[in-house]
Amino acid sequence: MNIGESFRIALRALAANKLRAALTMLGIIIGVGSVVALMAIGNGATASITSQVQGIGSNLLTVMPGRLQRGPGAEADAAAYLYYSDYEVLARQLDNAEHMAPMFQSRLQATHDRESIGVGVVATLPAYLPARALELEHGRFFSESESGSQARVAVLGAQTATDLFGPRDPLGRAIKLDGVPFKVVGVLAARGSAGFTNDDEVVLVPLETGYAKLFGAAASLNGRRRVTGILISASSPEAVDGVMEDTRHLLRRARGLKPSAEADFTVLSQAQILDTLGAITTTLTIFLGAIAGISLLVGGIGIMNIMLVSVTERTKEVGLRKAVGAPRRAILAQFLVETLALSLTGGLLGIALGVLIAAGVTAAGLIAARVTLDSMALAFGFSAVVGLFFGLYPAWRASRLRPIDALRYE
Amino acid sequence: MIELSGVTKIYQMGGTEVRALGGVDLFIDKGEMTAIMGPSGSGKSTLLAILGCLDVPTSGAYSLDGINVEKMTDDQLARVRSEKIGFVFQQFNLLARTTALENVMLPLIYAGVGGRERRRRAQAALDMVGLSDRMHHRPNELSGGQQQRVAIARALANEPAILLADEPTGALDSKTGTEIIELFQQLHRDIGQTVIYVTHDPFIARHTQRIVRLADGLVAGDDPVAHPLAAGAKREDEIVTS
Ligand SMILES: Nc1ncnc2c1ncn2[C@@H]1O[C@H](COP(=O)(O)OP(=O)(O)OP(=O)(O)O)[C@@H](O)[C@H]1O
Ligand SMILES: [Mg+2]
Repeated sequence: MNIGESFRIALRALAANKLRAALTMLGIIIGVGSVVALMAIGNGATASITSQVQGIGSNLLTVMPGRLQRGPGAEADAAAYLYYSDYEVLARQLDNAEHMAPMFQSRLQATHDRESIGVGVVATLPAYLPARALELEHGRFFSESESGSQARVAVLGAQTATDLFGPRDPLGRAIKLDGVPFKVVGVLAARGSAGFTNDDEVVLVPLETGYAKLFGAAASLNGRRRVTGILISASSPEAVDGVMEDTRHLLRRARGLKPSAEADFTVLSQAQILDTLGAITTTLTIFLGAIAGISLLVGGIGIMNIMLVSVTERTKEVGLRKAVGAPRRAILAQFLVETLALSLTGGLLGIALGVLIAAGVTAAGLIAARVTLDSMALAFGFSAVVGLFFGLYPAWRASRLRPIDALRYE
Repeated sequence: MIELSGVTKIYQMGGTEVRALGGVDLFIDKGEMTAIMGPSGSGKSTLLAILGCLDVPTSGAYSLDGINVEKMTDDQLARVRSEKIGFVFQQFNLLARTTALENVMLPLIYAGVGGRERRRRAQAALDMVGLSDRMHHRPNELSGGQQQRVAIARALANEPAILLADEPTGALDSKTGTEIIELFQQLHRDIGQTVIYVTHDPFIARHTQRIVRLADGLVAGDDPVAHPLAAGAKREDEIVTS
């Protein structure tokens, strides 16, 4: 009795019981395949979210009105506002700020011909473009003087341009924002959604134009012009913390806050946004991991069922093999090879299935799924262990019985 | 050479004990041909399983060719079964979904007989039981009698010194039954094979040299057969002599 003979015995036994072998393998394939696919999707989602946020530029700071509450249902304090004067204070006094842009954002109806869509309209200054590290696909951005002269010019996000104009070139054409006519002068390069804001679905207009022609009373309070946010890009990644500190300090003084009072505004760095998103994607990964775990369990139970259902038959088989002269190690070698063959083939097919699903999801444009080695190892290891245990244990037990008892097993 | 002394087999069934064998003394010489008879439940199959090293006695001693079997390890017993014993089960015990030929090759695999020779010997054994045309049939494609003959071929494949058969003709008509007994007699005569079989049929039993009768787990009779029948003898003889 050598290894080769054990192999032949095991393969013959598998060939004689194709259905049982196929069903066992199916359990492994489903378990491994779903884990690999789900974890690939989770990883892909995490990677795409973080890369998009990083794409905005890691030097970016965002000042928002109100306090960002921690925990569930966090939202900005509605009573607190930021004003254009706050921006002016920062613009005058803040060091190490490379670009700075105030903005007022509101959702309006944009129309062209018969196309009409609701879109976020941002009234801002030219510094918005470099501050957010955006690029133009074609056309130009509006200038400082166009803002001063309240020119009705607009720059469209890539998606918004397609939504309104289809394949046609929007440059030089007219759109209406809540009925007010604007001329399109530029289109942004596509970037994809980035957490809180989507740079592809946006209409950018000069700040003064927005105040004068679009937002009306909603944009001012007691004669003071409101902003919904101020973007600041620090001159270098190292400068971010200092700029953040200075911004807080300057704004507290400008807004006359007592040292003991809590700030009624929030300065967020990109790193913090990444952290927040990290928490979200961790939740996502845990969630997908849980589903993957359940499918592993289901696959494992499938394997277990098939194996246990055939225990009687296999016990008798072991009894018979022993009766005709098989020593214990020959029995164990046979069952080891059988279960290894099933686990390995099933595991490989499962990985192939998982990779295929991941590729399908990617091809469908849903998410760039990323198959990782650990997910393959985890799924493969788990089903190999389950398969080996439930394949070997009954055989091991049967091999300890006297042949006559094993043959009589019910 | 088989020597049993004071062999008992007791099954624990919940609280009660079932005494399948109550102290059997038996000596069977090499080359003997013996029938074991007795009413149902008298312990024939139990005794045969112990003789075939498929089970061990609860107490008592069993020496096979001078070696004490009850002291052997599991693997040593497997070796003894592989080298010396061919066993035909009352319920055949063929591997399901496996062809007759592969069933017969099974003991040869564990005896370390190589592929080509293994096949040749398995085919020869199937030929002996008249099943050369059913080699590639699976048990569920064979009649009861054919399955029994596959089981016999499997027991013979390894050319064992001792052939043990539990009602080898039970599922066969009298013609094929006689053919099997003729085969046993031939093996016994030509190569001096020890043959022990259990049967309920006095006519079949009288084809041996010796009939051991069991009753309630004890040897109740042990007689030589004055004139062993040659296979093919007329059944009417039976009525005259018994
Ligand atoms: N595994 C077992 N557990 C409990 N009792 C058993 C077991 N095997 C056999 N017996 C009992 O031992 C006794 C002898 O059984 P055995 O099978 O040896 O009878 P037998 O003479 O072969 O009968 P038959 O002619 O019907 O085959 C019976 O009473 C049976 O119930
Ligand atoms: Mg019996």
